[in-house]
Amino acid sequence: MAYLELKNIYKSYGQGENETEVLSNINLTIEEGEFVAIVGFTGSGKTTLVNLINGLIQPTSGEVLFKGEPVVGTSHERGVIFQNYSLLPWLTVAQNIYMAVKEAFPKKSKKELNEIVKDYVEMVGLSHAINKRPNELSGGMRQRVAVARALAMKPEMIIMDEPLGALDALTRGNLQDEILNIWGKDKRTALLITNDVDEGIYMADRIIPLKPGPKATLGPEFKIDIERPRDKTELNDNESFKETRNSIIEYLMEIGNDRKSEAQEVFELPELEPKSFVGRFK
Amino acid sequence: MKQSITLEKVSKFMGFGFLTTLKDLFTGKLEKEDFVKFLRKVVVPLASILLFIGLWQLGSRALYEREANYKIQTALVDQGPEAAEAMRTCIASGDISCQPNTLPSPGQVWDSYQSLIRDHNIIRADKAAFIEKTAALNEKRIAAGKDPITYTGRPSFIDQIVMSLKTVFAGFLLALIIAIPIGIFIGLSPTLKSAFNWFIQIFKPVSPVVWYLLVFMIVKTILIDSTEDSSFIISFISVGFCSMWATLVNTAMGVASVDKDYINVAKVLKLGPMQKVFKVILPSSLPLIFTGLKITLSVAWMVLIAIELLAQSPGLGLFVWEEFQNGANDSNSKIIVAMFVIGIIGFLLDRIMLTIQNWVSFNKSDAI
Repeated sequence: MAYLELKNIYKSYGQGENETEVLSNINLTIEEGEFVAIVGFTGSGKTTLVNLINGLIQPTSGEVLFKGEPVVGTSHERGVIFQNYSLLPWLTVAQNIYMAVKEAFPKKSKKELNEIVKDYVEMVGLSHAINKRPNELSGGMRQRVAVARALAMKPEMIIMDEPLGALDALTRGNLQDEILNIWGKDKRTALLITNDVDEGIYMADRIIPLKPGPKATLGPEFKIDIERPRDKTELNDNESFKETRNSIIEYLMEIGNDRKSEAQEVFELPELEPKSFVGRFK
Repeated sequence: MKQSITLEKVSKFMGFGFLTTLKDLFTGKLEKEDFVKFLRKVVVPLASILLFIGLWQLGSRALYEREANYKIQTALVDQGPEAAEAMRTCIASGDISCQPNTLPSPGQVWDSYQSLIRDHNIIRADKAAFIEKTAALNEKRIAAGKDPITYTGRPSFIDQIVMSLKTVFAGFLLALIIAIPIGIFIGLSPTLKSAFNWFIQIFKPVSPVVWYLLVFMIVKTILIDSTEDSSFIISFISVGFCSMWATLVNTAMGVASVDKDYINVAKVLKLGPMQKVFKVILPSSLPLIFTGLKITLSVAWMVLIAIELLAQSPGLGLFVWEEFQNGANDSNSKIIVAMFVIGIIGFLLDRIMLTIQNWVSFNKSDAI
């Protein structure tokens, strides 16, 4: 039995003539312990897909099965790292994480909970900023807090929605390694949504492109057979990496071109001259 | 993160930044490049105050002349030249009986202010003496199960200010207790919103006078058995009802427009409904709620004067009205004193609210 299974998902917003079809015919299976990346253009319905899996929204038709059970709402078993951090700005780093931990482990004592908070803040290297508020932190630090918050709840599966999209390349690389590290420690299942093919290849076992919407659907999957731990500097010389990278980019470019060619129809404009208003308003 | 609280920070926080500049001037810390800043922040306001007082002086002088000339003219027409001459000398001598009654000059207002303070000191001494005198008797009366004798003399100007402040705070608290919970419920539930919306839209623009009359009708009947003076109760309830709408509307709006990301966080963390309200929705709408409370307090202070006047509650409103009815020689200048006191207290209340708002809002730039 698959760990997470999406069956014929169809999702649209609005009704009647205003209906916008976002996702259509989505089929996806993720096994336990796997790291899967979904790459796609911005605006192709990636966030909708994530929200379907974490239970924030329900599909119009089709089924999302988590460990064989249909997903009807959010669950502590599936931790989410949001694209825009979504930290509560009136709480400090520690309080933001504490709030999550307290919900995940309601039976633990205050002291134990504080220990967990401290451990995870230390893990993402923010011990010096534990009592700061999010608006005093840089983007990378905020994202670390969001990572710590999601992981501190010890979810069985981590769902990441373009978690590093807003960060600079250097911070991005660091955080990629950190996330991989944490994932590697207890081999949780992970789903990464990204617009960066390199990031996908570096981190995931499998990459699946998302054909852009409307009616976005998943493309053919690409297996990444590079041994872990992967080394970023060596990756560039790795034949398998180059091959996979090229084929994925080729595939995505093709979709992009298809999209463009659809719009290449020539429209003839009627011959028009601007009306003359001279002498009309006397 | 500990920050030392200095006078400088506090004054900047409260919007009294110019005080720091003034302090620097006296302690000799002022640099040359600060001079322009000093000019703008200290000299310009002071100059504008002086200009205002000067214009006031000139205006009141002109009005005084006009009123005096009219008095002399009337005397001339009605009683002949001798009476006119007598009136002229009487006005020139400054005799109280024949002073023209018009806009008082700044000097007169200052005199009245001092006389009000003197009056207050006299009444206070009087009151203290009374309490001392009746202390022994009151003990006996209490022992005998009777009510103690209390001072029933007229209130001084300061007593009236205190009364007004009490009324406005009681009204403000009432508004807060009613408006914030209702605002939260309305903001959370679209059903409740459509149930209450007509109510808010209709009652929001109702004038303070009408609110007073409505509250009077109800409270009068409820307290029909009581012999106590109900003017305080009536006036603070009216003030509360008049002023609560800004808080109600702002709270509802703040609660209804919480960032969707925060709601998603609450969902992902699986917070219970109460936790969601208290840990996510309320904190994130606090800035808007406080903007509402600030408006509520300033509206409360503004309508207070009219309502006290109607309710005969012994506060500043009644003071103004009684002075106007009194028509004594210094009544007009006392009214102007009251006007300044009302204005300054209103300004201070606004500053206090702004300070609290800055203090509770997580995003400092949000505060308006």
